[in-house]
Amino acid sequence: MSSLINSIDFPYVLGALIKVAIFWITIMIICAYAVYAERRVLAVIQNRLGPNRVGWQGLLQPFADLIKFIFKEDIIPMSVNRALYVMAPVISLVPAMMVLIVYPFGPDDLPLPGGEFLTQVVNDLSTKLGLGWNVDLRTVDLHVTHFNVGILYVFAMTGLGVYGIVVAGWASNSKYSLLGGLRSSAQMVSYELGLSLSVVAVLLMAGTLDLTEIVRQQSGWGGMRWNIFGGTSAGEGLKSLAMAVPAIFAFFIYLISAIAETNRVPFDLPEAETELVAGFHTEYSALKFALFFIAEYVNMTTVSVLATSLFLGGWNGPFINVFPWLGPIYFLAKVFFFLFLYIWLRGTLPRLRYDQLMNFGWKFLLPAALFNIALAATIAVLVY
Amino acid sequence: MEQFAQIQVSHLFFLAFASLAVVAAFNVILQRNPIYSAIGLIVVMCSLAGLFLTLAAEFIAAIQIIVYAGAIMVLFVFVIMLLNVREEDAKADRQKYLKFLAVPLFLALIAEVMAVLKTIGNPAASETVPGAVETVAEGMFTTYLLPFEATSVLILMAIVGSMLLARRESKEETDEIEEALTVANQPTPIVEESSEEEVHA
Repeated sequence: MSSLINSIDFPYVLGALIKVAIFWITIMIICAYAVYAERRVLAVIQNRLGPNRVGWQGLLQPFADLIKFIFKEDIIPMSVNRALYVMAPVISLVPAMMVLIVYPFGPDDLPLPGGEFLTQVVNDLSTKLGLGWNVDLRTVDLHVTHFNVGILYVFAMTGLGVYGIVVAGWASNSKYSLLGGLRSSAQMVSYELGLSLSVVAVLLMAGTLDLTEIVRQQSGWGGMRWNIFGGTSAGEGLKSLAMAVPAIFAFFIYLISAIAETNRVPFDLPEAETELVAGFHTEYSALKFALFFIAEYVNMTTVSVLATSLFLGGWNGPFINVFPWLGPIYFLAKVFFFLFLYIWLRGTLPRLRYDQLMNFGWKFLLPAALFNIALAATIAVLVY
Repeated sequence: MEQFAQIQVSHLFFLAFASLAVVAAFNVILQRNPIYSAIGLIVVMCSLAGLFLTLAAEFIAAIQIIVYAGAIMVLFVFVIMLLNVREEDAKADRQKYLKFLAVPLFLALIAEVMAVLKTIGNPAASETVPGAVETVAEGMFTTYLLPFEATSVLILMAIVGSMLLARRESKEETDEIEEALTVANQPTPIVEESSEEEVHA
């Protein structure tokens, strides 16, 4: 059994767990305040006040909502398929959460304040306990892990999230839920094509599938050489600007597909109130409903993170070389911009009709994305 | 107990994923409810992806989930839900004699697996990861270009064929519907009826 214990890299596992905990809390807080921001911003757009009573300007509203969700009566209707009904919210939330291990929050080797002291404390403790650890906490990487298929991993996990919605729709044993589940599965499968094909243009520029590596490549021009401005991969000089054309096309195709993929307005057909009551989560209440709700916002965050990292340079920005801790601030600012865009669209656009949605996905976005790949490949060959 | 002295975490992961895959595979064939079988199959796919991960073939693992669990199985579940497939009835009569075939077929399968296992040695650790994106792409577009292209044509043919079959049926249906509509759209009978009623009144 000693070989089993020796084969585990305890400092690495422990570090990863601590990072996961910190990032998980960060994402949870982002999601909670995205909900709050949504209600306040929509209120401004619709010329009313929104929640402003719990705490200063209503800032504690998310926690009040959470407590309400926890203590509400959890109703399980008689005719549901009990096992699947209970499993569905979990199936929807867990894959969404699993993506956060590849979020590139900030640059590598960030100097940790007080890192020198921490390193000494941990190493002293390990010699005292005879663990033989040798950790270096002077610098930290602001991502849990990175592997060479990071983007594919994200797509795989978001693809699994569909089952939560589909299973919820089927297990609820209600016609509104079933129709909502069917619509959402059809919609998500359709728009996944546009989503993944639009990303191919960026992959052609970057030459790698590793998310952290793609972000690192965009650090030229004092942190402003983002992929949407042509990126670095096509070499130096003005010629590389030509790559900006397919990148900008890809960016817009990505944005539209991402909004459809996360079932948000104007593509929120799976939960169209006027037709389907509340769609796939009609029969859900209390904490189970809250899990679907959180999963939706985590998915929104995930596509925002991807958009930020692939097109807008991730943590890159001005003065990043001088103050590396600006990295996570830039990163979160860009993510918040996309989250704001979601809310803004919700306050502005009406809902599409279902056939319009399908036609748009298959007859416009898919060919446009394919054409864009050809364009990107041609320009890449000409510029290199 | 010699082997157990060399056990590592990766072995435990292998055992976990492998047993999960086997249990889920039994679930696929033993369940009467098609949606449970489909979910079992999804679990099988995901645990296979986990097995690929323990072999450091991350690309294959990701593709396994994207293609099988993310695309194909969604369509399966979609169809099961759309057609509202009921629980399968026990069809004892039809499969009465098939069960005698099961034992020899099972033995043949075991023999095959044993034969294959005998030929596989311990693969030597190579510099290039067999499941990396570059290696897969290189194989696909150089050595195996023709089989790859031929397969895509085959899949295209299957799609066109199914479209054709579906269309032929729906053509008759649309003709019927159009016929019914033209009959319904003739305005004269309604007017005559109402005028008759007025007369009677």
